[in-house]
Amino acid sequence: MLIAIFCLSGLGLLASLGLGFVAKRFAVEVDPRVEAVERLLHGINCGACGYPSCSQFARAVVEQGVSAVGCVACGEDTAMAIAEVMGVEAVLAEKKVAVVLCKGGRGESATKFSYRGVEDCKAAVIVSGGDKACPYGCLGLGTCKRVCPFDAVVISENGLTVIDTERCTGCGICVKECPKGVIQLVPAGKEVSILCHSTEKGAEVRKKCEVGCIACETCVRVCPFDAIFMEGSLAVLDHERCRVCGLCIVRCPTHTIEGRDRVFPRVEIMADTCSGCGICSMICPVNAIEGEKKEVHQVSGERCVGCLLCIDRCPKEAIRIKAPADSTLGVASQ
Amino acid sequence: MKRLYLFQGGVHPSGQKISQNAPIEELGAPDRVVVPLSQHIGAPCEATVAPGDRVKKGDRVGQATGFVSVNIHAPISGVVKSIGTFPHPVGRPLPAVEIESDGEDTWADTLKPREDYMDLSPETLKEIIQDMGIVGMGGAAFPTHVKLSPPKEKPIDTFIINGAECEPYLTADHRLMLEEPESIIAGARIAMRILGVTRGIIAIESNKPDAIEKMKELTEDILELGVVALKVRYPQGAEKQLIKTLLNREVPFLGGLPMDVGAVVQNVGTLSAIFKAVRFGIPLIERITTVTGSGVRAPKNLRVRIGTPIKVLIEACRGFTSEIGKVIMGGPMMGVSQHSLEAPVVKGTSGILFQPVAEVQAVVAQPCIRCGSCIRACPARLMPTVLGVFAQRDMFEEAERCDVVECIECGCCNYVCPAKIPLVQLLRYAKAEVLARRKAA
Repeated sequence: MLIAIFCLSGLGLLASLGLGFVAKRFAVEVDPRVEAVERLLHGINCGACGYPSCSQFARAVVEQGVSAVGCVACGEDTAMAIAEVMGVEAVLAEKKVAVVLCKGGRGESATKFSYRGVEDCKAAVIVSGGDKACPYGCLGLGTCKRVCPFDAVVISENGLTVIDTERCTGCGICVKECPKGVIQLVPAGKEVSILCHSTEKGAEVRKKCEVGCIACETCVRVCPFDAIFMEGSLAVLDHERCRVCGLCIVRCPTHTIEGRDRVFPRVEIMADTCSGCGICSMICPVNAIEGEKKEVHQVSGERCVGCLLCIDRCPKEAIRIKAPADSTLGVASQ
Repeated sequence: MKRLYLFQGGVHPSGQKISQNAPIEELGAPDRVVVPLSQHIGAPCEATVAPGDRVKKGDRVGQATGFVSVNIHAPISGVVKSIGTFPHPVGRPLPAVEIESDGEDTWADTLKPREDYMDLSPETLKEIIQDMGIVGMGGAAFPTHVKLSPPKEKPIDTFIINGAECEPYLTADHRLMLEEPESIIAGARIAMRILGVTRGIIAIESNKPDAIEKMKELTEDILELGVVALKVRYPQGAEKQLIKTLLNREVPFLGGLPMDVGAVVQNVGTLSAIFKAVRFGIPLIERITTVTGSGVRAPKNLRVRIGTPIKVLIEACRGFTSEIGKVIMGGPMMGVSQHSLEAPVVKGTSGILFQPVAEVQAVVAQPCIRCGSCIRACPARLMPTVLGVFAQRDMFEEAERCDVVECIECGCCNYVCPAKIPLVQLLRYAKAEVLARRKAA
């Protein structure tokens, strides 16, 4: 009994001495900041930053001075917190979200044949390019849903991919994986998107889909900021210029343009400061402002789309955003 | 009696050769043809005509753009209406030349018949074959002159004439062997002259006894040619499997070609086309296509001009029996489903199968029960079930390590799978991904 106790304690002592010696002698210096940064990150290893894992990105931040903004998955707060750890000031990048540039679900778009096979878009495109008549359309078989590390993709009952913009971090994995190239990253604050990327001629698009861009160019004409231009037979939105006024949403005859549940504001004119110069009623693209010269002008709440052009131009600063905003244009236009 | 060897795997689908007694019928020139510029494996052609040009039957309309590419010719005389993208049997629109008939169907005056063709040098013969647009007519449409140009360090000792026609339903090669066997034999002699080979084997599955009889009769006095009756088994007509059966030679795994084991295989239809091209100077502008299945009233073997839309063939076969559920270009095992009857017949179209709605089963894939049937059936010695799982989970490195690129897409695994898993599609998907990754790397 005693021998056994002594033997084991002796062995334990020897082993601990050995371990202690090795720990001191061969210790690997790890910058404590690496661990601190890593703890702040998502830890989901999405790879959108260009590094294979979050810990490698953390190391790059600490050792090579890579900007913490490189992590697209982390929000503003995390970037700030990392900047604090590093003792630098964070310069924030614009947050982006993924948008599916197709609105033609099973109900709205035609099919070439009935597809029975592997439930995956990439496998389906090898069979005559997928079952949708439109060669650009979203197949809705969920390759993006499978690869999304943040569960931000939902396939609607209509067989269309919908992205939950709350969850989407803009990591861009779905953009890379989509065989139809139908997903695009757009600035998160710019909710207006033209949900079609078919470059086919208008008549061809109309045959295949009820909600595709038919190249009527109405949006190009109505946009007060020249943010929409034609690329062949497709209207393309320049997000830099877009001021999210929503005018194109209202005017698009095929309802291809959407505002992703954005609440569009309305304006009102303050009677006490309005001088009745009439500039606002002249520039209003939807003729929502009326009034006699030298008299207080009125905004028609129904017509106003909230483009806010008048606010910029009013010399008396007599126009303001009406609070609270009461309707969502994207929904109203449908 | 020659000893036969067995290739691994394979299945025994019901033959369904319902059109085997229908003699070859001329369909003639349709009012309009759409001739795709890409009908073969390899680089697509460049159009050599412009809209408005008048062409005669046999005029060149597409120029080969490389070694692995062949010319394309006008199948009818008329006016080039347009050059644009048109429906193609692969499923997506591809560039093609649209020609409208002038109703006269006159031959081009550039045709060069050659009486003394057997005195021509192998190089000249190969040039004629490429110029006349000859490709493998068994279905894959691989340019024939490439197959007839083995490098010097790979000596060829056996030429195999492939009349197996192992796909169910198809009877085009069978009818050709019965009705124009002389052209096949003459074509084989040309090919053997090019290759400098003295042994030729005509391989025919034993479900075509009349063709075997006919070929035996005609080759009795020809020492270099012999006829072998094969046991019926799918995919007997695939090159690698045929070489194994006849010669007991294994084409090396991973990228090996028949020429690596001293053999070249050519389909009987291709040989007949070679003979016509070399002897009469007639380019490949028509082929025999089996129009079959219980969906058409009169299954037939038609001599069809390349570029004839499928719908024209249906009229020639007295229309549909009932509502059609599926149209397959090629055989039922390896063919490609069509979604448009506007798609034209191309050089590789061995048959068109029409299945009524009642015959098309709407099956839902069930989970794999690990029975291993697909592994036993795979003639390429792969493990389809494992590769299928890799494809589903995007494990392409593992799929590559398990040699998914060796898959010949014969469909045996799908045929035997009791869970009805779409294995061929999964393997094709994995194959495409692996090849794309290799290209990118």
